Amino acid sequence: MRANVSRYDLRAPDGLTEALHLVSNGWKPLAGGTDLMVLLEAGKLAERRLAGLWKLDELRGIEVGDETITLGALTIFAELRHSPVVGLNLPLLASAAAEIGGVANQNRATLGGNLANASPAADAAPALLVYDAELEIVSLEGTRRVPYHQFHRGYKEMDLRAGELIARIHLPNGRGRWQGCWRKVATRAAQAITKVSLAAAARVEEGRIAEIRIAYGAVAPYPLRCHRMEAALRGAALPAQLPPFDELAPIDDFRSTARYRLKVARNLMETFLASLA
Amino acid sequence: MGESAPRKDAPAKVTGRAQFVDDLTLPEMLYGVTVRSTVARGRIQRIRFDPAFEWDECVIVRAEDIPGRNVVPLIADDQPCLAGQVVNHAEEPVLLIAHEDRHMAESARRRVKVEYERLPGVYSIDAALRADAGAPFKSYTVAKGNVEEGFRRAKWVVEGEYETGAQEQLYIEPQGVLAVASPREGVTVWGSMQCPYYVQRALAAVFGLPEEMIRVVQCETGGGFGGKEEYPSMIAAHAALLAWKSRRPVKIIYDRAEDIAATTKRHPSRTRHRTGVAPDGTLTAMEIDFTLDGGAYCTLSPVVLSRGTIHAGGPYRCDNVRISSRAVATNHPPHGAFRGFGAPQSIFAMERHMDRIAKTIGMDPAELRRRNFLRQGDTTATGQVIRERVELPALLERALAESRWEEKRRTFAVTNGNGNVRRGMGIAAFMHGAGFTGSGERHLRSQVAVEATAEGKARVLASSCEMGQGSKTVLCQIAAEALGTKLEDVEIAQPDTAEVPDSGPTVASRTSMVVGKLVESAARDLRRTLDQSGLLEGRTFSEACRELVKRRGGFKSWSRYQPPPGQWWDDDRYSGDAYGTYSWAVQVAEVAVDLVTYETSVTAFVSAQEVGRVLNPALAEGQVEGGVAQGIGLALYEKVVYDKGRVVNSQMTNYIMPAPGDLPPIRSIFLETPYEFGPGGAKGLGELPIDGPAPAILNAVEDATGAAVARIPMTPEDLLDALERTHE
Repeated sequence: MRANVSRYDLRAPDGLTEALHLVSNGWKPLAGGTDLMVLLEAGKLAERRLAGLWKLDELRGIEVGDETITLGALTIFAELRHSPVVGLNLPLLASAAAEIGGVANQNRATLGGNLANASPAADAAPALLVYDAELEIVSLEGTRRVPYHQFHRGYKEMDLRAGELIARIHLPNGRGRWQGCWRKVATRAAQAITKVSLAAAARVEEGRIAEIRIAYGAVAPYPLRCHRMEAALRGAALPAQLPPFDELAPIDDFRSTARYRLKVARNLMETFLASLA
Repeated sequence: MGESAPRKDAPAKVTGRAQFVDDLTLPEMLYGVTVRSTVARGRIQRIRFDPAFEWDECVIVRAEDIPGRNVVPLIADDQPCLAGQVVNHAEEPVLLIAHEDRHMAESARRRVKVEYERLPGVYSIDAALRADAGAPFKSYTVAKGNVEEGFRRAKWVVEGEYETGAQEQLYIEPQGVLAVASPREGVTVWGSMQCPYYVQRALAAVFGLPEEMIRVVQCETGGGFGGKEEYPSMIAAHAALLAWKSRRPVKIIYDRAEDIAATTKRHPSRTRHRTGVAPDGTLTAMEIDFTLDGGAYCTLSPVVLSRGTIHAGGPYRCDNVRISSRAVATNHPPHGAFRGFGAPQSIFAMERHMDRIAKTIGMDPAELRRRNFLRQGDTTATGQVIRERVELPALLERALAESRWEEKRRTFAVTNGNGNVRRGMGIAAFMHGAGFTGSGERHLRSQVAVEATAEGKARVLASSCEMGQGSKTVLCQIAAEALGTKLEDVEIAQPDTAEVPDSGPTVASRTSMVVGKLVESAARDLRRTLDQSGLLEGRTFSEACRELVKRRGGFKSWSRYQPPPGQWWDDDRYSGDAYGTYSWAVQVAEVAVDLVTYETSVTAFVSAQEVGRVLNPALAEGQVEGGVAQGIGLALYEKVVYDKGRVVNSQMTNYIMPAPGDLPPIRSIFLETPYEFGPGGAKGLGELPIDGPAPAILNAVEDATGAAVARIPMTPEDLLDALERTHE
């Protein structure tokens, strides 16, 4: 442990209001901690005041309405993975939850934390983009909603102001009937960080793509919803031609290469489109 | 022997009673940290200490504080314990700090800034081989027959170049040592290690003390794989220097990031082959050029190079062989011992090259090997006559049958036309010399004792270290059989230089075979004493031991290494009996390559080996499975990424080792041909299984996809490039 933990303050409030007070005073929110603990161990966690959110039960749980499904931001991946409601209506999210980290991570890591950590490789993100998720964001001033595809703005930059927390994630009910795919390509079969991932879903009518959503992980500075690709494919007859890939901007790093990421991104799309035909 | 006896060390480990070095604390103990160079090569200009920090609370050790020689003595004595004026690799130790609060020690480390005048560095084998880069650490030439004549007789001459990367040992317990030291009492260290007497010799040099004033105790050790062969001498010297200056106990424990960035790795290599092949597929000439990247200091490179050189020609008969090899200096952190010790590198090249030859001449790769296997009475490249029966043909048949080689190759030829998955099969055949190379065992003159105890046990005394491989259990099994008693009557001492004789380092697949033989002989001697004194009449073994101790005031029987008769070796000409004996193996890998993601998974693996008599089948299978898994890592996953000589992926999230989901079912098949000079007929096993997986897997990938990849690790990114080259 390279951090001196005695130099850190941790408070774990019982209620949301108290948590929002801390956060508005500059305390760093700490949910499951699966990302922050790695930084702490390496001595790289700069924020010294941490607001533990683990006791805020009002930010947990899965609510199912006729039109929408609402997921509390503190819902852990183990629950998303095993929930029949999620499995039936949000199958891409259930699949992503099953492949994120290992069992210990899934028991601790939260959906809201995965989004707020804003890694381009976040495994829940592509599914939420495909499902047109909307984020409910709270602060002492009140509540606002942001479409998730507008949330990320740059590498680790997002529409989340000082003093705000992600409270809930709202998703449409009924997308379970679309034909979808989730494919995570990582450095090994399990417990690995994503090199490139694809979530996609389409509604096919009479041999044509009536509706389609496409999102990639780890091919841009943030999880990427591919609007231009969708536009090219909407209304296309099956079997469909590959859409343009100019929205993707992958990089070389020590996990992979830009060339590999782009090539595999195309292959994954080709496989998905072939599965629709 | 021959039974899967339960592990001697299991109860303490399972119940948490076992003491690893980080479990130990002493009163007044300080925690030590190491300030390391941030550049790969440079001259130290200035060391700045942050004035805002309370330096009075720290103990600081620099090179000038070393009471003896500033060196980690090994082969060339070129590696300093702490850098003086210059640094030659990134993460080279520059100074040491101790503090009673481990977090404050870490804070202090971050508040030291060392300024360097940067000097140009050497980061590749090619750069190191340029004329101006200086002499290699070591070079060898092995010659047999007349290579030119061999090439004249060849129908084909097949050339190839092969490369292997660095690999981290990834023992589960990082390096650590606890030390106390003073001029009056001498130095005592407790640590995680494979070779207590190496540490003793190193500390004697660093402190200028006689060896009897240095005591080294091996704690329970969570894995070594060679990584704890030479490096513990460095960290032990550091902890002891801080203890010497502070007059307080000092503990240094590396975290994973420091351990991966700073300690030794497998030597990267490049091998060039040029082989003459007769019309019937027999090898007429082999010309092999083998180079290792030794890193910044010599450490063990000459002996790693030696083993790699001797194994470079594989288990094949050829009358005309020339092998040239060298270990070159670069500005990487020194590379060092790692299971296989140079052999996995040169065997990767040989076994990939055999497949290249098979493809060139249009022969089945199994048949090509079958035609060229060494036989009893043949001589190896160093002129060693193989005196024992060579089981390679039988191993090959068993491995082919168990892997359903013929049937699967026929099936895959059909199914590979469909879908996005390509399947293939690959073979590797190889041998591994057991024990030290050449005259090494003769120089070591290892010694072992078996004593009777007042509690009525026989107790094995040896410096050989349990590090997870099961040596405590196997050595006790050997002793129990020689004593004619049950395993419960035998115990083994924790290695402590104050108590156990020097049975040599725990390396080179030598513990069961060489040290085990000494245990067998010392135990037989104790048994003879019990028999001749009549103490066993009417008494149990335990009662007899108690009685022996009562009458004689303690009893120890000793044994010392004697080379097998007729063994000769010429160090100057590099010829003769390179090893007392060899273990032999044939491995078959089955792979599936996903053409969407270019990921290779090993879907089945068969390892057939002849290692003499198997002493403990459960432990032997464990060695094979572990070696194969580590070999899969070497082949497909484990990649050390250097940036100007600095390791940039020093965490387990970015240095990727295979996990259970990446490993196939591994079938082990043992053919047992007892070896005359091993205990109960046993030969060495520990390193053998890591020699073959990488070439077998890459051969299988070529069989599946046509892509001939000559460099490991082969990541999906590499395979994508290779496939595109193949299809151009």
